Amino acid sequence: MIQLIAFYLFATIVIASAAMVIFARNPVHSVMWLILAFFNAAGLMLLAGAEFIAMLLVIVYVGAVAVLFLFVVMMLNIDFAELRAGFVRYLPLGALVAIILVAELIFALGAWSAGGIDLAARVAPAATDKSNIQQIGELLYTRYIFLFEAAGIILLVAMIGAIVLTHRQRGGVRTQNISSQNQRRPQDATRLVDPGVGQGMEL
Amino acid sequence: MISVGHYLAVSAVLFTLGVLGIFINRKNIIVILMAIELILLAVNINLVAFSAALGDLVGQVFAMFVLTVAAGEAAIGLAILVIYFRGRGTIAVDDANRMKG
Repeated sequence: MIQLIAFYLFATIVIASAAMVIFARNPVHSVMWLILAFFNAAGLMLLAGAEFIAMLLVIVYVGAVAVLFLFVVMMLNIDFAELRAGFVRYLPLGALVAIILVAELIFALGAWSAGGIDLAARVAPAATDKSNIQQIGELLYTRYIFLFEAAGIILLVAMIGAIVLTHRQRGGVRTQNISSQNQRRPQDATRLVDPGVGQGMEL
Repeated sequence: MISVGHYLAVSAVLFTLGVLGIFINRKNIIVILMAIELILLAVNINLVAFSAALGDLVGQVFAMFVLTVAAGEAAIGLAILVIYFRGRGTIAVDDANRMKG
């Protein structure tokens, strides 16, 4: 019973907040609703027994992606009222596409429930005596190690790409040049002179 | 009792909301990126629901990879957005014709 209530609570909030993400007037509010949607989706996944993915969702989406969105929204000085201009104009087209899509998805769901498709054998059957995180770890570091490393490379490329794209070389700034500092020798920097008495120093 | 069908219905609605968000926020690319995140979240819910229903852990491993790609996509998308805004002073995607494609 409690699972039923929890499921409907999480499902309702995730759908409502997803609707608010796309209908909110202010993008900052959109990000806040997105965070709420991610939290409740994590709750849904927790109900399904996927603890690791639920925690990952909270850490990666709420902790990193949503904060990234917030930073960008605050960094850019944008007139958001002007961006809302085509909202009503595109609504019929968007609603049409959405209706077609949801009809297709419901049709596919019905076809799948009818049992037309015989699903293949389990690739990695879930054991009952181990925790979810331990099982995923054992799978991830053995059979899917190359995919795991590829995911790491994707993240590295994304990080370097974001840095290269947004890095800006500013002119007229005197920055420290460490190699030229280290190459400087005493004989380049100092000069010994022996001026006579009464003579001035020539610099 | 909660079945996999319930989860699929939730993720179908979420996916549709994401697509609708792309269509109605045609000018605001930040909200478009958020709608893409919603779509990927729907995909993740699908993968996890099937993983739980079939007792097969591969779905959860794949959900993790989807999450990785979503994070990378958000980072690169927002970086492109920042440099686009720096050059144009606007983020309206309607007049994004800089490459004359």
